[in-house]
Amino acid sequence: MPRTVWDSTLGKKTVMAVSGLIMLAYLVVHMLGNLKIFFGSDEFNGYAHWLRTLGEPFLHYEWALWITRVALVVAVVAHATAAYQLSRRDLRARPAKYVHKKRRASYATRTMRWGGVILGLFIVWHILDLTTGTLHPGGFQSGHPYQNVIDTFSTWYGNVVYLVAVLALGLHIRHGFWSAAQTLGAGSRTRDRALKTTANLLALVLTVGFVSVPVAVMTGVVS
Amino acid sequence: MSTYADYVTGEPVVDGKAPEGPIGERWDTRRFEAKLVNPANRRKHTVIVVGTGLAGGSAGATLAEQGYHVVQFCYQDSPRRAHSIAAQGGINAAKNYRNDGDSVHRLFYDTVKGGDFRARESNVHRLAQISVEIIDQCVAQGVPFAREYGGLLDTRSFGGVQVSRTFYARGQTGQQLLLGAYQALSRQIAAGNVEMRPRTEMLDLIVIDGRARGIVARDLITGRIDTYFADAVVLASGGYGNVFYLSTNAMNSNATAVWRAHRRGALFANPCFTQIHPTCIPRTGEHQSKLTLMSESLRNDGRIWVPEAKGDTRPADRIPEDERDYYLERIYPSFGNLVPRDIASRAAKNVCDEGRGVGPGGQGVYLDFADAIARMGRKAVEAKYGNLFDMYQRITDEDPYEVPMRIYPAVHYTMGGLWVDYDLQTTVPGLFAIGEANFSDHGANRLGASALMQGLADGYFVLPATINDYLARHPRQGDTGRQHPVVQEVLAETEDRLNLLLAVDGDRTPDSFHREVGELMWEFCGMARTDSGLRKALERIPQIREEFWRRIKVPGTGEEFNQSLEKANRVVDYLELAELMCLDALHRAESCGGHFREESQTPDGEAERRDEEFTYAAAWEFTGTGTAPVLHREDLVFEYVHPTQRSYA
Amino acid sequence: MKLTLRVWRQRAADADGAMSTYDVDGISPDMSFLEMLDTLNEELILRGEDPVAFDHDCREGICGACSLVINGDAHGPERTTTCQLHMRSFADGDTIDVEPWRASAFPVIKDLVVDRSAFDRIIQAGGYITAPTGAAPEAHATAVPKPDADFAFEHAECIGCGACVAACPNGAAMLFTSAKINHLNVLPQGAPERETRVLDMVERMDDEGFGGCTLAGECATACPKGIPLVSITSMNKEWLRAARKAGKR
Repeated sequence: MPRTVWDSTLGKKTVMAVSGLIMLAYLVVHMLGNLKIFFGSDEFNGYAHWLRTLGEPFLHYEWALWITRVALVVAVVAHATAAYQLSRRDLRARPAKYVHKKRRASYATRTMRWGGVILGLFIVWHILDLTTGTLHPGGFQSGHPYQNVIDTFSTWYGNVVYLVAVLALGLHIRHGFWSAAQTLGAGSRTRDRALKTTANLLALVLTVGFVSVPVAVMTGVVS
Repeated sequence: MSTYADYVTGEPVVDGKAPEGPIGERWDTRRFEAKLVNPANRRKHTVIVVGTGLAGGSAGATLAEQGYHVVQFCYQDSPRRAHSIAAQGGINAAKNYRNDGDSVHRLFYDTVKGGDFRARESNVHRLAQISVEIIDQCVAQGVPFAREYGGLLDTRSFGGVQVSRTFYARGQTGQQLLLGAYQALSRQIAAGNVEMRPRTEMLDLIVIDGRARGIVARDLITGRIDTYFADAVVLASGGYGNVFYLSTNAMNSNATAVWRAHRRGALFANPCFTQIHPTCIPRTGEHQSKLTLMSESLRNDGRIWVPEAKGDTRPADRIPEDERDYYLERIYPSFGNLVPRDIASRAAKNVCDEGRGVGPGGQGVYLDFADAIARMGRKAVEAKYGNLFDMYQRITDEDPYEVPMRIYPAVHYTMGGLWVDYDLQTTVPGLFAIGEANFSDHGANRLGASALMQGLADGYFVLPATINDYLARHPRQGDTGRQHPVVQEVLAETEDRLNLLLAVDGDRTPDSFHREVGELMWEFCGMARTDSGLRKALERIPQIREEFWRRIKVPGTGEEFNQSLEKANRVVDYLELAELMCLDALHRAESCGGHFREESQTPDGEAERRDEEFTYAAAWEFTGTGTAPVLHREDLVFEYVHPTQRSYA
Repeated sequence: MKLTLRVWRQRAADADGAMSTYDVDGISPDMSFLEMLDTLNEELILRGEDPVAFDHDCREGICGACSLVINGDAHGPERTTTCQLHMRSFADGDTIDVEPWRASAFPVIKDLVVDRSAFDRIIQAGGYITAPTGAAPEAHATAVPKPDADFAFEHAECIGCGACVAACPNGAAMLFTSAKINHLNVLPQGAPERETRVLDMVERMDDEGFGGCTLAGECATACPKGIPLVSITSMNKEWLRAARKAGKR
């Protein structure tokens, strides 16, 4: 079965759909957690600490976090590998372009590939910035995410990178969610509108949710 | 007068295969008497099938299922594109699901009568018997026939009959049946039992020691001419309606396979029996490349009319009810708009000749759905005929829901074809002809929805049963190789012909000759034929042929994909076949079915048969290009359906 | 009408191709697009030039032979086959670009003619119901609910022209493959081979070098028979179901 799935374009698409939905679920939680920043540094830092103690005493300190991290890494790698292989295949399948050019497919569809690449690069930067602190502007303080976030969004490039990434994310989800539903066979003529609306809503909510943080920092609502 | 018309009459030709006895038992008897080939030996026999339409596709698949090695050819890029795909209306079967009095005998009777008593009873009865099995077979293959809400199959009525026995898949019955056969064939290709050769056109038949042993075919991509050997050759290459240039046939449908077989000794029967379909979209101008049929099923609900007055140019909706002439309902009150095709076509021609035709050039009559829409509602009409209406609108730019359709007759089907016996074997042993390529079942006129029935009956059931007998009785013969003197000669003739076409380098295109001979045929050998007209055509055809070989221009070479060369080579054969059609029409000085001789009509203008003289199938023997052929008669005996003047009034 | 045509000319599969420009005059709006090309070809032949090669046969929109990309659209601006496209869809003086189907699984044979035999091989992989002649039960033995019969028909309408592949930015054959799978898998007659059919056909489709689906929807827009995009979704569902069942065996 695993070979059947991975060897087939449909199987790889399934892998992309499932991994995409896992990441999407994570992002919803992540976005909701981010919004805690509006309740002040204590609550935000406390929430970050709670994430590390989640599942105790059944789980050891930070285990829940690491389990999530591992699952996410697997999802990202599977998603990206499948995407890369499928894209290579797609480009090979249509080597000659039409002389008469036409732009058609919606913006979200056309941006899936480079949108995905932007998101991949962003994830690397985002981890180096706010998880390991390697690329963090100003001194990174472990255990003080509130201050770290304000540091990042106090630089112009931090804001630009983040905003571009979040917009790419919105477009990616808009086509990706609906697409995943089709890949998993959940779409139908009667359900199509509902799925499209859900996709648009998810894209909008996540974009607004994530964007609200840098905007709040820039405007001084959070400081 | 041309010497070609001075034909001589030879020995009668006799079908020696149909058993005697009660007609309902003949098919069983024949199958029992036929020798069988041991299943273990079938693999060693190769059968060539030319064509992948309903007849060829189903035959290839079934022969392969039985264990034969099949090599199959089509000129199209895929076996799925054969022109059977364009059949719209449906397929007849004597299932009597409607409980409306249908039976095998009634289908048999209707077909013999519809064919104006010029078909062989044994064959037609077998066809009616097999019709029920075809539906079973197709349903099992997944053909999505129209169904009722209860999940059972729906049927509709068709021209020339008073029962509802036509099974259909919206307006695409031919497509669905063909895809069924194509899928069965595909299964056999995948299994390695059928060697499929698409884009390969048969150009000649190889006959060695009096038996069909293979074919010469050209790979249309590379231009390579090759020989293929087999223990039997089956021609399922369709009809020859494209002689007329404008017809409802596909652009590349052609007569080369049957004509070349005829030249190699197979008798050609009833070539003048062509069917002019009453409901086609009228032509719009000189540029017209082909005609499009609108399914006859439209006549179920549409009403045909023309204005009462000559030269009435008012738009249809401005002509009040009492100034319209619903001429079919008037002349044939009991069948009304559902009279057989030949009658409907001629009636349309008559009203147009009277100057009451509508549309550009007055070459059209109205097919009006206003009443049907009022009665059933637009939705119901849409469900039944939606795709046909859409097609009409695309072609004419007129909305048939708002204004009546305009229709006019066009060449559609050829009842004539290679003469075959009850086993579907031609007069060349080992050469079989099935589907439209043979002449057997429809007599002088084919009823609607019977072509699909015959094609599939021949391919799925008849040929696979009868070909065994031939193969069992004749020792297997291997590949003789290209070196055999006969093969060398056939190959050389083919190559010479193509080379000559390329070498003439004249100033006229293949299409221009095709159009010229087509127009000539439509004028003199079309819906109404006369002695003098046919003689005129017979005089003209050799002149066109002579001009063709002087002025034809074919660009390019033979060693490449060359559509002009393909076309020119087909025209060569049309220019000979046309001559035989005219001669056959001239010699048959009676009217019957689709063959209407103006000299032979009743006082009220109906076709008048002359049974004492013409109750036979005319099978012609080739003697040389432009030289008089020999006529062999097959006398037709009617034991079960006694010839009467057809009446649909 | 007077038109300027820019047509892809390529002498053979291994030759280089390029767009060539031709002027045609005296075109009637009632002509079909192919009749317009016939007019051009008649002129080319008389001028001693090689006429433009293109596939066509029934000219009634059902055989699926015709296959031109016109101004960047598979089958041109109307939702129909090329043969049913009429010149009234263009304006006098227009420049029209005519190109062949483009996909690596559909190599060009000459000019506008491509090799679509990959489609046949997909069908050969499982696009049939195993029902040898003579083995069929009585047609009314199994009733098929009308909605299922209609669903099957809607997908069986596919004419195998390949416009879906030509229009797809990835050269994918998903719509074609899904149409046949949906046609056969919904019918009770097709049930015994339901799983193998979809697994084998999809595998063949991949092996032929078609791309994957990114649900851009171009295929369904180009399809002259209106096979809907959701057809692909249904196939995905069938495939997942089959892959799960195959995993259990």
